[in-house]
Amino acid sequence: MTTQRRIFAAICRQHIRLSWRNGQTVLAVSFLFIAITLLPFGLGPELKLLRALAPGLLWVVLAISLLTSLERLFQADYEDGALDRLLLVPLSFEAVVLAKLLGHYVALVLPLIAAVPLAGLLLNIEAARLPILVAAMLCGAPALVMAGGIGAALAVSVRRGGLLTVLIAMPFYVPVLIFGAAAARAGLQGGVDVAVDVGAYLGVLAALSAASLLLAPFAIAAALRAALR
Amino acid sequence: MAEIENLFSKTQHARDAQCQAEGLACRRGAALVFEDVFFHLTSGQALCVRGANGSGKSSLLRQLAGLLPLAAGALTRPNPHKHTHYLGHADGLKAALSIGETLAYEAALAGQGADHAADLTARLGLAGRDWQYVGDLSAGQKRRLTLARLLLDPRPLWLLDEPMTALDEDGRALVGALAKAHLASGGMIIAASHEPLGFANAELVLGAQI
Repeated sequence: MTTQRRIFAAICRQHIRLSWRNGQTVLAVSFLFIAITLLPFGLGPELKLLRALAPGLLWVVLAISLLTSLERLFQADYEDGALDRLLLVPLSFEAVVLAKLLGHYVALVLPLIAAVPLAGLLLNIEAARLPILVAAMLCGAPALVMAGGIGAALAVSVRRGGLLTVLIAMPFYVPVLIFGAAAARAGLQGGVDVAVDVGAYLGVLAALSAASLLLAPFAIAAALRAALR
Repeated sequence: MAEIENLFSKTQHARDAQCQAEGLACRRGAALVFEDVFFHLTSGQALCVRGANGSGKSSLLRQLAGLLPLAAGALTRPNPHKHTHYLGHADGLKAALSIGETLAYEAALAGQGADHAADLTARLGLAGRDWQYVGDLSAGQKRRLTLARLLLDPRPLWLLDEPMTALDEDGRALVGALAKAHLASGGMIIAASHEPLGFANAELVLGAQI
């Protein structure tokens, strides 16, 4: 048991270390900031407009930043033989996949979400509304990672499969974006029923994440196994 | 080399361990790579797989490691997850990690603490290079680094794909010494190679009958 825990932790730590060292974390966070900086140029500098659009824009930019990082989630390991190695450890391959996804969440998603408040200020978002937005992202992001992982696993044997990954993962992003943006909007409106609404939306997001956490590792492991044949 | 020979002295693999193939066949896409492969290997024996390019040497090793499905035949083998080492062409090493970090990671995958990896660099002929990045190593040095897996985790069956590739005279002697020590402790080795191995006592030639 302790051996299995040690292996799980080692795979997770390895993924985090490589994400930092290969610059993927810095790239994804920079991408988020650049995209947010560009938006006012396209939408016009109207503060009211930006404030109203800010939560939705932040959600979409977070999702796209995440998608750009997903292409390499398994591809480097597939190409250099590390996946072969990980198939032969005394740990189920589903657990190996889960360790890598957890590593991805820590190495990429958490820094991205940490950058959201600052990026939100660039869009003139009300500071008091940020906690709900960040909470919604923390609840919903695991579902985004899991869905993206399925896309990345299915496209792993395709060179330059980034776009394919995006196409496969995108439909799974729809419910998370709908409820995530709804939670942020409810949080922005203020009023008596808002607390109830926000709680319900966060609950749905957490449920989506929990369900994908349960199912995605099996789908991803199966896709990777098929690709390795 | 003396210390290598004593390396596995504490390890004793089960004497009844065996690896047996009966009528094995392999298919890649529509093409039949090989069929009717038979062999029987028991504790302490080594098998050298030979054959022309494309005759299926690597595919056979991947089948034995459980990475490729069998097209036909039956296989009796040690559990790939616990009792098999597979060193293939793709080494799975990460250019962005140092040798020390790589060894610590390999130790953890073997279920051991990083302290077990401490004296490995000297054994592998990489002494004093703990800090060096794997991306800066030569092909032979990377090959030596992959041998750490064999040392960290005593598993009875070793599957080695071209184990002598890129290694210098000294490196080949190291592989030979490791293999002999492994066999003496009751292990089994199946290696695909074009070169003489010096430790194998049986040969399997793929593609000869076709």
